[in-house]
Amino acid sequence: MTTHPATTASTGPATGSKAAAAIEKARSEGRAALIGYLPAGFPDVQTTIDAGIAMAENGVDLIEIGIPYSDPVMDGHVIQEATVEALDKGFTVPRIFDVVEGITSATNAAVLVMTYWNPVMRMGVRAFAERLAAAGGAGLITPDLVPDEASEWLAASDEFGLDRVFLVAPSTSPQRMQATVDASRGFVYAVSVMGVTGARTSVGAAARAVVDAAHAAGAERVCVGLGVSSSAQVREIGAYSDGVIVGTALVAALRDGGVDGVAELTRELSTGTGKATA
Amino acid sequence: MTDTQQDTGHEGTGVRAEDAIDAGTAEAFLSHDESLRHAPGPYFGAYGGRWMPESLIAALDELQDTFDTAKADPGFTAQVAELNRNYAGRPSLLTEAQRFAEHCGGVRVFLKREDLNHTGSHKINNVLGQALLAKRMGKTRVIAETGAGQHGVASATAAALLGLECVVYMGAEDTRRQALNVARMQLLGATVIPVTNGSQTLKDAINEALRDWVANVETTHYLLGTAAGAHPFPSMVRYFHEVIGDEAREQILEQTGKLPDAVCACVGGGSNAIGMFHGFLDDRDVALYGFEAGGDGVETGRHAATITLGRPGVLHGARSYLMQDDDGQTMESHSISAGLDYPGVGPEHAYLADIGRAHYEPITDAEAMDAFKILSQTEGIIPAIETAHALAGAIKVGQRLAADLGPGEKASDKIVVINLSGRGDKDVATAAEYFDLLPDDSAEQEIAQEGEQL
Repeated sequence: MTTHPATTASTGPATGSKAAAAIEKARSEGRAALIGYLPAGFPDVQTTIDAGIAMAENGVDLIEIGIPYSDPVMDGHVIQEATVEALDKGFTVPRIFDVVEGITSATNAAVLVMTYWNPVMRMGVRAFAERLAAAGGAGLITPDLVPDEASEWLAASDEFGLDRVFLVAPSTSPQRMQATVDASRGFVYAVSVMGVTGARTSVGAAARAVVDAAHAAGAERVCVGLGVSSSAQVREIGAYSDGVIVGTALVAALRDGGVDGVAELTRELSTGTGKATA
Repeated sequence: MTDTQQDTGHEGTGVRAEDAIDAGTAEAFLSHDESLRHAPGPYFGAYGGRWMPESLIAALDELQDTFDTAKADPGFTAQVAELNRNYAGRPSLLTEAQRFAEHCGGVRVFLKREDLNHTGSHKINNVLGQALLAKRMGKTRVIAETGAGQHGVASATAAALLGLECVVYMGAEDTRRQALNVARMQLLGATVIPVTNGSQTLKDAINEALRDWVANVETTHYLLGTAAGAHPFPSMVRYFHEVIGDEAREQILEQTGKLPDAVCACVGGGSNAIGMFHGFLDDRDVALYGFEAGGDGVETGRHAATITLGRPGVLHGARSYLMQDDDGQTMESHSISAGLDYPGVGPEHAYLADIGRAHYEPITDAEAMDAFKILSQTEGIIPAIETAHALAGAIKVGQRLAADLGPGEKASDKIVVINLSGRGDKDVATAAEYFDLLPDDSAEQEIAQEGEQL
């Protein structure tokens, strides 16, 4: 990591970063960005594409598509059940590029892929990056890859102009915060609580401290994820962060209400993004 | 000994061009006198590291700092030594197995008797050490994963001894099949949580323990049971098991006046093997053999021979060989031995395989059960089924040594040491069913059909 040429990281201008551009656009409209997550292939690839488009049309600025993985240690029950179903129905990793292309060709939303690292490693980091860029993807969010182990990904993301969103947590030390902010591009993903994905009634005070620490380390864009499920939470968190990430609640909406359910929840969540009302 | 390995024509050992990450290392190793002992991590060649969520990195740092400080503290090492001696029952014996040796081409065979430790296996070495570290960190709760229940029982034992709360994650299927081990953990005061996620096996129990750890890391230490996972676990777990190889080396010198020709151990995650191998790593004339679970046979796909057929990947925090499909999804492993039924392997083993210092071969369920019976009937020692894989491998190694004698050499000049990593009491029902020893209508048969390991 230390040998890696310094890039604009999350501290620099939005040039070239699709995720940064999406967040800056929201900022120019006086609001926090809304970021929505769905796993690919749940319940099938076409529905993921349709639901992604529905999110973009109803107020989401940035879309995260997860790759279903056999050992998702950072995920709670709802997302685990969805990804197990996707895998049982035969989802294969290369189809992630169909999902990304399907959404980016129909909307202006930036699309990031969220993935545990082994599937990327298996395909080959550079090969994966090349295909993701060709599909119109913005970059990767990597829940189990820390910058310390990311030399291949740092190089490949530079080569193909992809965003690399690393996570920071309430437990992150000041030194690691600085290193992670420096290594990130697009935005920094602030984990709101010590735990796994899943809706929570409150994300607590820890989230704000993480966001403040990331900003203090020079991050221009810090978005908060884990536990957010309502417009009230979006409003609360959007008041001090640059974007709010919703996952489990959208997955449950898709499970229970299909694409229409996703559209409806997205509209509800997006009412929380206006800073003026915070 | 490398000749012996090549003679097997086996693809799983040594460097494979396709996946070799650090082929230069093998040459460096072969041509220099660099010590392989006490490798500190985080990397073992291209393996190891910390492929972990950021949320857990601080806990890994804290553990590493605590471990490094403790190792250098004579008070801590004395505490470990005292518990090993007066609680676990160390040093464990080194027993010559003369009648078993007749099945091994007539070479001399010695058994490192980890089965005689308290709780019946090598597992106690690691849990006592880690539980002491948990106390030093001021943590009040330990969590552990378990497959058949051995590491869970050992963890519950250490937690009871040191006054820690203990929660054990176990695949739901395993809790049903291992009802008596669940009861044993509960008797020791532990809480057992059945894991219903994913494939409901050991790897999913580890996933669930990691999820618990992320949420409770302030108060909780994850007492990982094998020499795998994120740094510092592989080197730390090895450290607590190094006593096996250190004792064995001293004992074999004392009993025979020389070092063995070969050392054999079974490998699941690889903790007993790495502890045993460590004592002999720098004795380049001592061949090291790790025997993986070949299940129904590696050609059937139903096995747990990770180094033999796996490919490098990351799982549970470490880069190592991994049973995975073309998409990088973890594959299910299969073995008659629950303790070897894991699709990953410790990163130091991956490294030792690549540089050719240790050789890894699969042993089928049938071969292991034959060896299980032979040891029981020649030495009066019922081994764990895990251990039976090492015994079956040692039979092959002994026969190869005997077939490959130099001029003027006798088979009885050759010495093989086997790590007898655990006793077989827990496996009696499985073995009785396997050998068809139970009457059709007995209660035991009903239990055995469920796979119960008593």
